[in-house]
Amino acid sequence: MAGFFDIKARKEAAAANGGSTKTAPTKDTNRLQPWVEKYRPKSLSDVTAQDHTITVLQRTLQSSNLPHMLFYGPPGTGKTSTVLALAKELYGPELMKSRVLELNASDERGISIVREKVKDFARMQLSNPSPGYRDLYPCPPYKIIILDEADSMTQDAQSALRRTMETYSKITRFCLICNYVTRIIDPLASRCSKFRFKSLDQGNAKKRVEEIAQKEGVRLEEGAADTLIRCSEGDLRKAITFLQSAARLVGAVSVQKDEDAMEVDEDDKEGNVVTVKSIEGIAGVIPQDTIDKLVNAMQPRSKGLVYEAVAKVVTDMVADGWSATQVVTQLFQSILYNESIPDIQKNKITLVFSEVDKRLVDGSDEHLTILDLALRISNILAGA
Amino acid sequence: MALLVDKHRPRSLDQLTYHKDLSERLRSLAQSGDFPHLLVYGPSGAGKKTRIVATLKELYGPGVEKIKIDSRVFQTTSNRKLEFNIVASVYHLEITPSDVGIYDRVVVQDLLKEVAQTQQVDQSAKQRFKVVVINEADHLTRDAQAALRRTMEKYSPNLRLILLANSTANIIAPIRSRTLLVRVAAPTELEICEVLAKSGKKEGFLAARELEKRIAKESGRNLRRALLMYEAVHAQNEKVSDDTPIPPPDWEALIGVVAQEIMAEHSPARILQVRAKLYDLLTHCIPPTTILKTLTFKLIPLIDDALKADVIKWAAFYEHRIRMGTKVIFHLEAFVAKFMRILEEYLMGMDF
Ligand SMILES: Nc1ncnc2c1ncn2[C@@H]1O[C@H](COP(=O)(O)OP(=O)(O)OP(=O)(O)O)[C@@H](O)[C@H]1O
Ligand SMILES: [Mg+2]
Repeated sequence: MAGFFDIKARKEAAAANGGSTKTAPTKDTNRLQPWVEKYRPKSLSDVTAQDHTITVLQRTLQSSNLPHMLFYGPPGTGKTSTVLALAKELYGPELMKSRVLELNASDERGISIVREKVKDFARMQLSNPSPGYRDLYPCPPYKIIILDEADSMTQDAQSALRRTMETYSKITRFCLICNYVTRIIDPLASRCSKFRFKSLDQGNAKKRVEEIAQKEGVRLEEGAADTLIRCSEGDLRKAITFLQSAARLVGAVSVQKDEDAMEVDEDDKEGNVVTVKSIEGIAGVIPQDTIDKLVNAMQPRSKGLVYEAVAKVVTDMVADGWSATQVVTQLFQSILYNESIPDIQKNKITLVFSEVDKRLVDGSDEHLTILDLALRISNILAGA
Repeated sequence: MALLVDKHRPRSLDQLTYHKDLSERLRSLAQSGDFPHLLVYGPSGAGKKTRIVATLKELYGPGVEKIKIDSRVFQTTSNRKLEFNIVASVYHLEITPSDVGIYDRVVVQDLLKEVAQTQQVDQSAKQRFKVVVINEADHLTRDAQAALRRTMEKYSPNLRLILLANSTANIIAPIRSRTLLVRVAAPTELEICEVLAKSGKKEGFLAARELEKRIAKESGRNLRRALLMYEAVHAQNEKVSDDTPIPPPDWEALIGVVAQEIMAEHSPARILQVRAKLYDLLTHCIPPTTILKTLTFKLIPLIDDALKADVIKWAAFYEHRIRMGTKVIFHLEAFVAKFMRILEEYLMGMDF
């Protein structure tokens, strides 16, 4: 490890890099952040598409009496952002540090450790804000403990948490956040007001993405915003990352390494348009003709020919690195919407998909699994 | 003596011979300053690592090539000591958490926080953030992956991750959501031929186009494998020509023998003989999935068309069992037995 944290070695490397005379890029760090962080909602009203949750939270904000809370929903729907925004509106920037404790899956969260941390934190004296500050932020007389990614806590740790929650309930509020609400034990979940974060719907997500594109001076081709939303499956974080990457791709030539030049260039990036195709490429969508090739190969004909044809297409797809889950998703779509396949065959095929999905999640070999899937479907199509 | 694979490895993005558009994409990301976290996936031997090292060079300059290997000790919650190797330059580090098996969470958790909390000290560093490359990310436990989530967001001013994986299937959705997915397809046979020819020229090998073509085909579009085969052919033959045979690796030859044996006789005694060979392969660290797949694809050309789909079905079935179970040999043997049975039944059916 020495090398990495060793200043001398670092200087040497800097020397090796030669000519770079630039000073450390400190000033506008904001611009150098990934857009997902740059555009993380700063206040509750910035949070898109979770109207119900936000309305309720804003109301509690006024009464200043918060219940314990449980936020759940798929990735990239605004859970972490919402709780951080809420905390900020309650305590303001100065008190945030002393009133909010965030523990996430990257922290040690064994039973005793959580208890210790919560105890120490809860016992710390409440610092008193000045009256002026209190006018700006409600600063209620309790602290907030955020347990982000709570679904990765063991059942035992969760059980132990029940007691802790009760012991300190006068001076602390808990906010648990997770993707899968079923992984939170009942006694814990029942102590909280639950807030479901929905997968972002088309309209709202699109608005947000377009807003960001506009702020960054990125022009979107007709339909590009829709493609972004479709490819990211209700996950706004993904949509924003795709957008950023697509923007960099088309703006590739005009981006300069120099900081000042970058400022200029932000204005004349206008010329480059983000296309539907570039987004699909970035999102890893398999081109339709590749899927069609597979579907064609599966069509009934003599057994030997089917095997040869299917094996060839599948081998190529695997070598091309298409992720098996993506193959499964798109193949499923393609078959489901194919009018010429009788329903009874579709039913049988669905069973195969179910099994294949499970196997992939278990980490089965993608090549064998996809080959098996294609051959079995082909068999069903042939009327077996 | 360095192997060809290492000796002629491209060092920068312009030197990469195939997937030019991807190289451009990586370059534009590297130059933009707001580089996202990446999840780079693709079959093995497709050149993922080479591409990433070249990208790092684009990010930081030649300084990233001065690397050191350090050994660190981590402590688990149960006070177990774990020794762990880290490859590092002053700008980046590279880790393979699957080396420590189920304790990978501790390593990921401690190391990343440590990195994230120390600033880039090199004042002239081109980027404010440091990069941590995680090899075999698809082998990370769920716990370790969960530990990455908030870290990736919270420390994003100081830290970027590049995850390398063969497939995205084992990467949990919240991690996929936090990374830009970069697919690296294996090079085509033609592209492999070009690389071989180029390498051969540098080595002063006599060109043998047909041989190179055969190697490319044999390699299954795995460039690393192709280069190793190419080097082996040249090492073993004084003079190579278009029809010099390509020797398969020992383990593959052995699996070929197993396939022949299975075809020749379907009896419990034969299963026993085969088992000894399977054990042999396993003790030589050939991954069970590789054994099963290679065996399957060696058997397929030997059997009737009517059976092929069925054999694939059972191969996939037992491969899944291998993943889920604990005793690999059971499932390999079960596959062999199943195969014999399918073949036997089919042959009997033909008799009547
Ligand atoms: N509802 C939303 N409104 C505005 N931006 C959002 C919203 N949801 C997600 N985002 C964007 O996505 C990023 C990630 O959101 P956030 O961290 O809140 O997701 P999360 O729900 O906590 O996801 P995870 O389950 O993966 O932790 C934010 O920085 C923001 O850019
Ligand atoms: Mg979150």
